[in-house]
Amino acid sequence: MVDLQKPFYGGLTLFFVAMLGWGISSAGAPGLAFGFSAALTLGGSLVCIWERSVVRSAFSLMGTFVGVAGLFILLGADFVGMAQILIYVGGILALLLFGVMLSPPDMEERKLSRVAGGLVLMGAAVAWVSAKVAATVEWAQLPKDELPEMTTSVHDIGVGFIAPDKYVVAFELAAVLLTVALVAAVYIARRKMADFEPAKDIPSKDIAGKEAAMKEIA
Amino acid sequence: MNIPPQQLLILAGILFAIGVGGFVIRRNLIVVLMSIELMLNAANLTFIAASRMHSTSEVQNLDGAVFAIFVICVAAVEAAVGLALVIAFFRRHQSISLDSLGAGE
Repeated sequence: MVDLQKPFYGGLTLFFVAMLGWGISSAGAPGLAFGFSAALTLGGSLVCIWERSVVRSAFSLMGTFVGVAGLFILLGADFVGMAQILIYVGGILALLLFGVMLSPPDMEERKLSRVAGGLVLMGAAVAWVSAKVAATVEWAQLPKDELPEMTTSVHDIGVGFIAPDKYVVAFELAAVLLTVALVAAVYIARRKMADFEPAKDIPSKDIAGKEAAMKEIA
Repeated sequence: MNIPPQQLLILAGILFAIGVGGFVIRRNLIVVLMSIELMLNAANLTFIAASRMHSTSEVQNLDGAVFAIFVICVAAVEAAVGLALVIAFFRRHQSISLDSLGAGE
């Protein structure tokens, strides 16, 4: 198969520069920040699903997370942006990198038939969803440009979390969910006790010798 | 700054589509998990954008921010359980490629 590596990264660089230029030309410095974050988000996610090496996928995913955090901060949701960086980049990505240790690169992965089939499916999904959205959303009612300045202070969010008439039930449920999930993760990933039985660890021809050795120890 | 909501929704839609594409195309279980994270991020972006669309200069709408935090929490849970499943899968099939799913016992 033809080597698509260079065209892919060339196109990605062009896309990045184009997004930056579009941002500057449309809104100056804030537009540059928006263009940078958007380009980081989309470029990182494209590299993530493109790269065969899982390590590169994981690190480009970091670009996506940081880009999304930048968008949150630009939108005025500072606290969510910071939580995004803390939890996604610091937690989830580190967790995924543990999993990376299990996986050799898969050279067969980028077969043309497979990619083409996936693209067709993806295009069909996008077309269906956007047709649905276009049919149901009343675009005229969306606010055009003038969105008010927004600052979600940590204080307001915290009060929302513990106020009985707002989100306290969901907040407690999230805590229960986290506890259950951590216990479940340990339960799923643990080795069964049966795995440690000595008779299963050794090939059958060595059993006699092993039993003798165990008797000696006993 | 003023970001038109349409651009944000389109950006979130493209991000979600990329996540769906990765979910369908890739065979590596860990990259499939990463694609799920991409889709959750797109949903978060939509939440924040909608929250901003619905707030006025007097009354801030916090629902989107709060729900984004819940989604991040669920994403963390999903990563933990998903990775445990990957480890169990690896122990059973000695591989984390989805193609080995049919080849097992």
